[in-house]
Amino acid sequence: MPDSTLQNLLLGFSVALDPSILVYAFAGCIIGTLVGMMPGLGPLAGISLLLPATFGLNPIVAVVLLAGVYYGAMYGGSTTSILVRIPGEAASVMTCIDGYEMTKKGRAGPALAIAAIGSFVAGTVGVIGLMLLAPTLAAFALRFGPPEYTALLVMGLFILAYMSGGSTIKTLASAALGLLLGMIGIDVMSGYTRFNFDIVELGDGVGIVPVAVGLFGISEILLSAGQNAAPAVQNPRLRDLVPSREEFRLSTGPILRGSLLGFLIGIIPGSAHIISSFVSYGIERRLAREPERFGKGAIEGVAGPESANNAAATGAFVPMMALGIPTSPVTAVMIAAIMVHGISPGPLLISQQPELFWGFVASMYVGNVVLLILNLPLVGLFVNLLRIPYSYLYPCILAFCILGTYSVANSMIDVWIMLIMGGVGYVLRKLEYDLAPVALGLVLAPMLELSLRQSLAMSAGDYGIFLERPIATTMFALGVVLFLFALKPVVFRKGRDWRKNVGLEQQES
Amino acid sequence: MAEAEIPREGEALRRGWRLRSDQVSGLMLVALAAYVAWENRVYPVGSLQEPGPGYVPLLIAAFLGAMGLLIALFGGKSRALGDIRWPEAGRGLAILLACGVAAFALERIGYRLTVIAMLVFFLGVMERRPPLMVALVAIGFGLISYYVVGTLLSVPLPRSPWGF
Repeated sequence: MPDSTLQNLLLGFSVALDPSILVYAFAGCIIGTLVGMMPGLGPLAGISLLLPATFGLNPIVAVVLLAGVYYGAMYGGSTTSILVRIPGEAASVMTCIDGYEMTKKGRAGPALAIAAIGSFVAGTVGVIGLMLLAPTLAAFALRFGPPEYTALLVMGLFILAYMSGGSTIKTLASAALGLLLGMIGIDVMSGYTRFNFDIVELGDGVGIVPVAVGLFGISEILLSAGQNAAPAVQNPRLRDLVPSREEFRLSTGPILRGSLLGFLIGIIPGSAHIISSFVSYGIERRLAREPERFGKGAIEGVAGPESANNAAATGAFVPMMALGIPTSPVTAVMIAAIMVHGISPGPLLISQQPELFWGFVASMYVGNVVLLILNLPLVGLFVNLLRIPYSYLYPCILAFCILGTYSVANSMIDVWIMLIMGGVGYVLRKLEYDLAPVALGLVLAPMLELSLRQSLAMSAGDYGIFLERPIATTMFALGVVLFLFALKPVVFRKGRDWRKNVGLEQQES
Repeated sequence: MAEAEIPREGEALRRGWRLRSDQVSGLMLVALAAYVAWENRVYPVGSLQEPGPGYVPLLIAAFLGAMGLLIALFGGKSRALGDIRWPEAGRGLAILLACGVAAFALERIGYRLTVIAMLVFFLGVMERRPPLMVALVAIGFGLISYYVVGTLLSVPLPRSPWGF
């Protein structure tokens, strides 16, 4: 590790260990855990709802708080998956399978402990990766001009389509829907107000928060309307949490593989934390000596996916911090949180705002430790939340959604957008469309439009500019190749898609 | 593309031709793309050298239309539209309408009254919870959330004309 990295990390720890920041990291982890446990409130909705509360805070505190919510939610989602077979958020779906089987066999404690240890290891591996990779990537990105950014964004969308568990063309259609939503509002280059239907407030465009809360929060509530009974919840005791030597041995490999795999997938655009858990589960099942144990309480089925989704959550911060490009709706909201404070994310962020970047990195180390030592002993307390009947829970979540969305800009239009997107999200989910690309397309739209038009202006309208610059050409070529590969199983129905080989078929069902 | 519930040949013949979910959704996307392209006609598309404000929306609408067409074309083996169950749709619609009323009331009667009324409707009318619990949750949530968000976190929330 270079000396400068160590020095910067020390600077980061001097920021993160400041009591005022430590308190927010702690609060973020607790709020995130609770949010992750509540069905209908995933990390995205949780972060979106908390966003207005960060406007009055300094940017470091705001990012530390929201990041705490993010990885806290990742952890919280696993608790409900293991104890009651309800994935608090989508990335925990795979944990349900073997986690709940372990609970039925009276091994809920070790499953929770391995999930926590795996999350801790993965979180730490992810932060090390972020620390080493983000500054290098940022330095490289300084060579990027508009054509490279256009190519990067297009490549990102194609990778997103390729990596999605569902239909490639449906994912691209979802992304196009998001891009069109992003066209609403004033065009920065010409000053034209587009698609605002004579509503003045739409001149500012459609915000990510109302869209995210509507698509992910409200639509989930609409889908689960009518549930009532609180599930029966096992309350594991502290002494039951310790895994056996054999369980530790079986979990070591999946944790390490999941951490590495999750981090790498996390950098890629899309619902990385969801995809990584599916891929990790598929790989562990393939590598297992007795794959038939999977689905019947195999601890590797908990260790791998839990590590992968936590590492992916951290990996997603690499392009966000280094390039200023969100690869997931969560990082898009976090970029919004930084921009509110007048800081522009991008390659210069790390050099111009070292305290923000390195404080954030160090706070993630701290947050991982906080989650480990806080959540295991308090799991008995947290599971009480699951005993609240859903009929009491969902009206309060709805009120939170309205409150959070309104508070972002004190705008009623945002509340209406949220409700409309809730209805749209409900229908899209029924028709098996992926929602994350809609939110991602919305955020990427202004960047894509600006860089494309600037590129064309630079080349006097010649699209050949994308083929003249090596970085842009490489990225475009990669995007197109992946797009063609992704189209292959759609057009030629023979053969087996690679995604099905790693377990992603279960996401489709 | 979803390939669930593919009818067998004989069954398909018995049922006759049925609309598939992907065919319908794909055509809806094509219609949406056409609508956007139509709306976009008022914005100058510009030239390749100097793309105007209508250029990129038109490009995306064309892309959406193409994707919609592909979805519809290859959607023959997706789930039949009639097989999609919507058991929660009525309740979901009621929830959306109630939230719409709450949104309409928010700036007129203030945050606290709106949230209390909304929770009374959901808990008391839709969920038929005991009146005491309804009152406790509705009033408690309305006041505490206002205190935490409005007072402690200094987020400005709407008040009623009566100052409450």
